[in-house]
Amino acid sequence: MLRVDVEKQLGEFSLAASFTSEGRVTGLFGASGAGKSSLVNMIAGLLRPDRGTIVIDGDVLDDSAAGLHVPTWRRRIGYVFQDARLFPHLNVAQNLDYGRRMNRLADDAAQRRRIVDLLDIGALQDRRPGKLSGGERQRVALGRALLSRPRLLLLDEPLGALDEGRKLEILPYLVRLRDEANVPMVYVSHDVAELRQLATQIVMLKQGRVVSFGGVKVLT
Amino acid sequence: MSEISPAEWTAILLSLRVAVIATLVATPFGIALAWLLARRDFWGKSVLDALVHLPLVLPPVVTGYLLLLTFGRRGLVGGFLADTLGIVFSFRWTGAALACGVMSFPLLVRPMRLSIEAIDRRLEQAAETLGAAPFKVFFTVTLPLALPGVLAGMVLGFAKAIGEFGATITFVSNIPGETQTISSAIYSLIQTPDGDAAAGRLVIVSIVLALGALIAAEWFARRATARLHGN
Repeated sequence: MLRVDVEKQLGEFSLAASFTSEGRVTGLFGASGAGKSSLVNMIAGLLRPDRGTIVIDGDVLDDSAAGLHVPTWRRRIGYVFQDARLFPHLNVAQNLDYGRRMNRLADDAAQRRRIVDLLDIGALQDRRPGKLSGGERQRVALGRALLSRPRLLLLDEPLGALDEGRKLEILPYLVRLRDEANVPMVYVSHDVAELRQLATQIVMLKQGRVVSFGGVKVLT
Repeated sequence: MSEISPAEWTAILLSLRVAVIATLVATPFGIALAWLLARRDFWGKSVLDALVHLPLVLPPVVTGYLLLLTFGRRGLVGGFLADTLGIVFSFRWTGAALACGVMSFPLLVRPMRLSIEAIDRRLEQAAETLGAAPFKVFFTVTLPLALPGVLAGMVLGFAKAIGEFGATITFVSNIPGETQTISSAIYSLIQTPDGDAAAGRLVIVSIVLALGALIAAEWFARRATARLHGN
């Protein structure tokens, strides 16, 4: 369960959002500039809220009143960025293994094979990110985040940088992930169709405020 | 032109030793400073930046004289180091290495700083979300991506160190076999009758070393660009 209740002033823009989600995929919906990315960055710990709390499964990650802010690298929250952000000096296999190494997790070949198969990235292992297509890069980024064994996966418009054709190529993988990977997700998008397919719960943001919350039907 | 004489070899090898040691010792400091200047904002940053570049614009004889005052036997730091660690700089090859290290430092730091500034910080954020603590981010993402720039800085610093003259001769004089580098040997030779041929040979050696270093630095810079684009 994810509980967020935060306030943050970013220049002229003020963000004040509060929601609790228990769904498998929480869709964070809103136009660009609604504060979706800032909110997700706060959950990841990349941005520190001015005031408020962030709690995952009873584990407090931010509590401004207590002066608590768990650093990003200790949160165990996976993050798939719109621009993939694969490490250019490492090949695909090394990118995939990075989170496991950093968290000093034991190597789990079965788990790795399951995720590599799920995302169809087995043939790409030796390639550098510069030699991948946009869709391939995004699948590897998904695998990399999942293999660090996060307790929550944040996806910030993971299809945003792809054209229509590529989007349709990745979407089925995301559906499979939702049904098989067993990691709760927060999925940021401004695309209604995408969220209808993926989300189990919607948080609707408008100008830094939560204006609506509930099942997928709030999207209409 | 005849062959290189043993005395000339002594100067060449001493120059190489001085420049290699100066570069190797300066590199960790250079990386730390480059990172600090590229990534941190702190009070006095512009003063520190100016201080690093000072040897580039100060007359070398001034730098050499300041080194003598500070690191000489009776200098504040020099006396302390000699008494406690037994490290003596004045009129030793170690002093030549110190002078070369200080003089080449601005050239060594600059490519390192530029390559760290060119790294996409969002990659470092991605590393953090994957569980990498800040020092691990530095060693697994920042440093590997900056590596070609680090090497380019080392090559440039090395080239500068091998050619250094003014500060070295002021600080540690011109003692054959101890502090007489290629530059000071050339300086002595052109003041000696019949020294022209020997000076000419050392001049050619200097040109070859400097050109080689510049080509190497350029090659590393190109590698850096390719690396950042993930090819």
